[in-house]
Amino acid sequence: MLGDLRRTPLYDSHVALGARIVPFAGWEMPVQYVGVIPEHRAVRADAGAFDVSHMGEFEVEGPRAKELLQSLLSNDLDRIAPGQAQYTLLTNEQGGIVDDLIVYQLEEHRFLLVVNAGNRAADFAWIKEREIRGSDVRDVSDDFALIAVQGPRANERLGLPAAPAFTHAVGKVDGIEVLVCRTGYTGEDGCELLVLAADAPRLWDAILGRGVVPCGLGARDTLRLELCYPLHGNDISAETDAISAGLGWTCALDKEFTGVAALRAVKAAGPARRLAAFVMEEKAIPRHGMAILEGGEVTSGTHSPSLEVGVGLGYVPAALAAPGSHITVDVRGRQARARVVKKPIYSTKESTDGGS
Amino acid sequence: MAAAESYPDGLLYHPEHDWALIEGDEAVLGITWFAQDALGEIVHYEAPDVGAAIGMGEAYGEVESVKAVSDLISPLSGVVLEVNEKATGEPETINEEPYGAGWLIRVRLTDPTEIARLLSPETYRAHVAAE
Repeated sequence: MLGDLRRTPLYDSHVALGARIVPFAGWEMPVQYVGVIPEHRAVRADAGAFDVSHMGEFEVEGPRAKELLQSLLSNDLDRIAPGQAQYTLLTNEQGGIVDDLIVYQLEEHRFLLVVNAGNRAADFAWIKEREIRGSDVRDVSDDFALIAVQGPRANERLGLPAAPAFTHAVGKVDGIEVLVCRTGYTGEDGCELLVLAADAPRLWDAILGRGVVPCGLGARDTLRLELCYPLHGNDISAETDAISAGLGWTCALDKEFTGVAALRAVKAAGPARRLAAFVMEEKAIPRHGMAILEGGEVTSGTHSPSLEVGVGLGYVPAALAAPGSHITVDVRGRQARARVVKKPIYSTKESTDGGS
Repeated sequence: MAAAESYPDGLLYHPEHDWALIEGDEAVLGITWFAQDALGEIVHYEAPDVGAAIGMGEAYGEVESVKAVSDLISPLSGVVLEVNEKATGEPETINEEPYGAGWLIRVRLTDPTEIARLLSPETYRAHVAAE
């Protein structure tokens, strides 16, 4: 079964570090090196490095590149300029979420899209089918590796200056040229470094040599869930819409893009269900797929290493989505009480400052 | 700090990665190094009630790590005499000392003939090597 899985340019580095390798979205990826909890804490307290080279990168270029993306993506590219980036959604006609992604404006007529690994082929096909004359869409994923370095000391450890969230610039780490993207999936300060695949093992070693802790996908998941960042395929999908998911802020409903009419209708009527964050009030860990007895289901759940309690995201009836509401999770036949909380479940300095 | 891999002599083993320390007509039960390593950091131990009857090969509780949950399979039939409060209160103890402070329950055996069906350390080590 492992034979069909792909490996990132850093696979050998992970094995040499003793990582536990698991299949994820068609790739053999490190889920942990030492343990999820110490890796999670390293990111909250200092700095951790994640190989996220499995994610897809597309370049969209041409005089009508922006026009194409404006028609396909929910957020408004008029809000950013070259050197900036934006979290946005690729939507279908029903307003469902084909994928969530970050678009980096490299130049006036050149954009980089970083998409989820499991959606790379479908996203590319989706965009390619809708390509217009004057826009060229290329999948450049295999040319690059992507390493996220996250934590309050991430930039300091890398020798990089501080910079505003959602900006990017070409830079160097120990002489290796990288695109330094001030984005991430942990709620902490730091960056994601886009690097040529051939340079990736050298860059990885340089980052670890600066005292950054290698972290696996296990900690990536607990970190993002504490911040309530959605995971496509779990919390959001082609069958769920941005308004119900609490991602209305990524949808410029005053512009025209695929599915905008459906989204305007959901917004006008008010969604029947909302994606709520919750904290368990008794000893139990919610998991993806568990029923919420008031009507709904858990879409992500884990033990929060920061709060040391079970936490989760799930769709609940809109009337129960307000912080303070009580819900009941069916934990393998046992009814466990939970309390809906304001997002994020755990606040970092960055998240309260309005950073990534 | 995680323990080093070991399957001590003096214990008997169940193929579902549980161990039993036989003490007369009682036994102390726990999970093996292999089981705790496969789960990763254990953050919750759902223990049975004292007085509960448990059956050989059947689930008597759960251990849960950050990423996964696993049933605890009883290697022997018995009645629960005692639950290790240290393991429920500080479940990481199960990772740190799976054969010592991280024991799970003490039972009074209801069918001591079952002991003969458990695996010796040698046989269990071979079983783990084949996984």
